Amino acid sequence: MSVDTSLRFDKDYVTGFSSSRQEPAWLQELRLQALELAQELPMPKPDKTKIDKWNFTEFKHEATGTPVAFNELPEDVKALIGSEEEAKNVLVIHNGTPVYFALEESVKDQGVIYTDLLTAAKEHEDLVKKYFMKAVTVDENRLPALHAALFVNGAFLYVPKNVELSAPIQAVYYQDDEAAIFNHVIVVAEDNSSVTYVENYLSTNDSTDSVANIVSEVFAGSGAKVVYGAVDNLAKGMTTYVNRRGRAEKDARIEWALGQFNDGNTVSDNTTHLIGDGSFTDTKTVTIGRGDQKQNFVAQIFNHGKHSEGYILTHGVMKDNASSIFNGITKIEHGATKSHGEQTERVLMLSEKARGDANPILLIDEDDVTAGHAASVGRIDPLQMFYLMSRGISKAEAERLIIHGFLAPVVSQMPLESVKNRLVEVIERKVR
Amino acid sequence: MSAPNLKIEDLRVSIEDKEIIKGLDLEINGGEIHAIMGPNGTGKSTLSAALMGHPKYEVTSGKVTFNGEDLLEMEVDERAQAGLFLAMQYPSEVSGITNADFLRSAINAKREEGDEISLMKFIRELDKKMDHLEMDNAFAHRYLNEGFSGGEKKRNEILQLMMLEPKLAILDEIDSGLDIDALKVVAKGVNEMRNPDFGCLIITHYQRLLNYITPDKVHVMMQGRIVKSGGPELAQRLEAEGYDWIKEELGIKDETVGQEA
Repeated sequence: MSVDTSLRFDKDYVTGFSSSRQEPAWLQELRLQALELAQELPMPKPDKTKIDKWNFTEFKHEATGTPVAFNELPEDVKALIGSEEEAKNVLVIHNGTPVYFALEESVKDQGVIYTDLLTAAKEHEDLVKKYFMKAVTVDENRLPALHAALFVNGAFLYVPKNVELSAPIQAVYYQDDEAAIFNHVIVVAEDNSSVTYVENYLSTNDSTDSVANIVSEVFAGSGAKVVYGAVDNLAKGMTTYVNRRGRAEKDARIEWALGQFNDGNTVSDNTTHLIGDGSFTDTKTVTIGRGDQKQNFVAQIFNHGKHSEGYILTHGVMKDNASSIFNGITKIEHGATKSHGEQTERVLMLSEKARGDANPILLIDEDDVTAGHAASVGRIDPLQMFYLMSRGISKAEAERLIIHGFLAPVVSQMPLESVKNRLVEVIERKVR
Repeated sequence: MSAPNLKIEDLRVSIEDKEIIKGLDLEINGGEIHAIMGPNGTGKSTLSAALMGHPKYEVTSGKVTFNGEDLLEMEVDERAQAGLFLAMQYPSEVSGITNADFLRSAINAKREEGDEISLMKFIRELDKKMDHLEMDNAFAHRYLNEGFSGGEKKRNEILQLMMLEPKLAILDEIDSGLDIDALKVVAKGVNEMRNPDFGCLIITHYQRLLNYITPDKVHVMMQGRIVKSGGPELAQRLEAEGYDWIKEELGIKDETVGQEA
């Protein structure tokens, strides 16, 4: 099949869309450039997964949500953010529209900016301009370009120098319309600051062909620490491209905990650039594949700085006819002396027909480094089952325990208790 | 609760088409502690694994009833539900599940829905039993057997035994790899369980555990059968004189499975 390079969305459409939202001129310009690139650039080529027949370009673009009081939020959303008293620093975006927002005075007083991205682009134009599409760039391939041309909204979180936030900042992106999700997140932690951000993606569209094109950019300044938790739970109707990327400066630290539980076909890229000397990242990912779902997960770390350290841990459970490729890539650049890279990919197969490939890749252009990897694909150990069942635990419950145990290394890292509980529920539902 | 009864008649067990147990008879009642002794390779561990329903062992003929019910027809979890327990020689490690969560699931598996053990009561019981076994409370929150030393795993098996309170327990070489202090602790745990409603089968090739847990009956296993039975004095004679006199008495040259008398 030839790749259709024409897009339904043209220059007039993008200009009109941007103008109707009163976006600053530079943003409209960037969108138009990106649109051109989206027509020229090739699709990404995830290793070992053929995506040329996946639909990333045909979708309804816009939908609307209506701002609501806390009580009127959907139950699914409330389950994630807790009670009104608990939900102190929360942004809820429904069908691309910010519908609920709370931020503590004490957080604002420290100069923290947290708002939806469209508002940020108007009120904090210079900051947004400085970071938007800078970690992920428009010229990489067609999907980030398309994302920049058509992104609808998202979140902007900015933590000034030396500010250490103890309370997590939360976002819920909720879609109950068949329209696409084009969401963009920017997290900036200036030097020596510290922040935890946790996001949830939820959608309800099981049947209509739609698209999620999501980009997150994380910038950790010198000595800064960012903990980034995410639970993706998009329904079957969504074909998803999600690209979460981080840049860590000197002695900065980025910790990712990603629960990737979409029900549709998904291409996920989580890349961290360890730019500064002594920078650190730890990326933990779990996923469950079911039905006829096809997924491709890249967890990737580039060590540029000396003494930089990167860790990847990926655990996937595969059932039914699901097929997933897990590519772990550690790239140690020339000059990154004394740096360290380590990765583990483990896949648990629950069905004869499922497919799971774990590919650990170490690319090392420097001599004075240490690196290691481990990968395994296997079934549930019959001796473990025998052991658990010999204590009276039923077969189904024993399997459930083993699967939860298998996913625990990431679940236990999820920063918010409510989100952790939600993650357990999602796992429960998906493995049943 | 009624006194348990385990009755094994002419049991034959194979692994990968090789017959290991070759016609074994044994009956254990509540209140009794039996010991099966014998050199390595005579089928002792195969017997315990087959009784619990280990997936690799195939019962080819014979009959086993537990409290009158056909044990061999039951799934592994049903055997446990019926009150059978096997303390394993090599317990599995299960990552991501804490010891405490695992034990609570096992206890609740025996209870009706809606009648689950309360968290407080569970913790109280667990603390008490861990103290009894001189186990550090931190073990409750470690992943099931993961990274446990050999001795820690054995203690953990006995902890499960005490928490689950089965009617009949098989202890498969619970003494191997234990130093004398740990051995005493394990024996203390088993002795604590001793009552008319509890039966026990201890599998060992050393007499030393039997110094701390006095058996009612001692059986010697060779070539996949019980070749001699007696009281506690039999174990003592084996400790003093070894197995050669039995082999001589019965005309056995090689006691391991695969040889015929």
